[in-house]
Amino acid sequence: MNYIFYFLIVASIIIGAINGKLQDVVNAVMSGAELSVKVAFSLIGIMAFWLGIMKIAEKSGLIKWISKLLQPITKVLFNELPPDSPAIGDIAMNFTANAFGLANAATPFGIRAMENMQGENKDKSTASNSMCLFLAMNTAGFQLIPTTVLAILIGIGYQNPTEIIAPTLIVTSIAFISAIIMAKIAQVLSCRLKEQSND
Amino acid sequence: MTKLLNLISLWALPVILITVLTCGIARKVPVYEVFTDGAKDGFKIAVKIIPYLVAIIVGISMFRASGAIDMLANVLAPILVKFNIPPDTLPLMIVRSLSGSGALGIFSDIANTAGANAYSTKLAAVMLGSSETTFYVLAVYFGAVGIVKIRYALIIGLLADLIGIIAAVSVCNLMFA
Repeated sequence: MNYIFYFLIVASIIIGAINGKLQDVVNAVMSGAELSVKVAFSLIGIMAFWLGIMKIAEKSGLIKWISKLLQPITKVLFNELPPDSPAIGDIAMNFTANAFGLANAATPFGIRAMENMQGENKDKSTASNSMCLFLAMNTAGFQLIPTTVLAILIGIGYQNPTEIIAPTLIVTSIAFISAIIMAKIAQVLSCRLKEQSND
Repeated sequence: MTKLLNLISLWALPVILITVLTCGIARKVPVYEVFTDGAKDGFKIAVKIIPYLVAIIVGISMFRASGAIDMLANVLAPILVKFNIPPDTLPLMIVRSLSGSGALGIFSDIANTAGANAYSTKLAAVMLGSSETTFYVLAVYFGAVGIVKIRYALIIGLLADLIGIIAAVSVCNLMFA
């Protein structure tokens, strides 16, 4: 992350200077910082709402029930988490919310999942394998219906907007499955590397 | 099929709310008290992710403002034409992983200039709908729990995005070209 951060900033300044856009780059610092706070604050209300709903689901035993239902899958994918970990219910809720295009709800569920996985994590500043897998699943952005895109298409007068649903679903499934496979491969590889360095 | 999918997406939220609240009441959970107790964390989490968001969003805003993406697009354009990919969709491919609002803006641009029913618009729609803003997800989720050493998470996120782009191009070529 250190190198990425360094690269983004230094490369932007150098490339901006070459392109004669240094003023824009400088302005972007202000607007970017402002945007970050706007994004974070716009999350507060909806985050609070879904965290509240999640707490009810947890207290009523609903989340435990969902995690039990999904255990055959999560046991294979998240093999480093204890089978009764509260994170599994959160992961399931996050996936469901994402699939139905409820991005606002998916984020608080995902953050709860991360908090619960952090509870099992030995090194608190380093991502665990489960966290990396969970993140890969989320960045692949699996969803059944691309609601935002459909809304824009309808807005600009696209004649048959629903025809993009099927190809989008195929593509997102491919990306989602390959993200999981790659994360599992990376997990195995990183375990091997660790064993070798211990020998 | 699409009607059914639209119906599901409309009803997903109401069904979740009814199910959770009814389950809570049935199990004698004090739903109002528990709700407000859980909701308390909303502010804390939002504030906690601000430093991570600032780092990522400022870095990416600067990168986009520098014109680097246009330079990259100019270099890659001749290669893409060979694979039957319209060059106007290239900025979207690059920005998709970096910025959600940026990707939406570029998509609207493509749709407005290429026309509602152009191949570019269809390809761009599929690419936009099938992927997430990798850097944003990374900043929010890892930021919320204070993870700074991200190991292989970003590489895999970006590789999955690349696979998504290749898949989008192939599927759209088969269906729309």
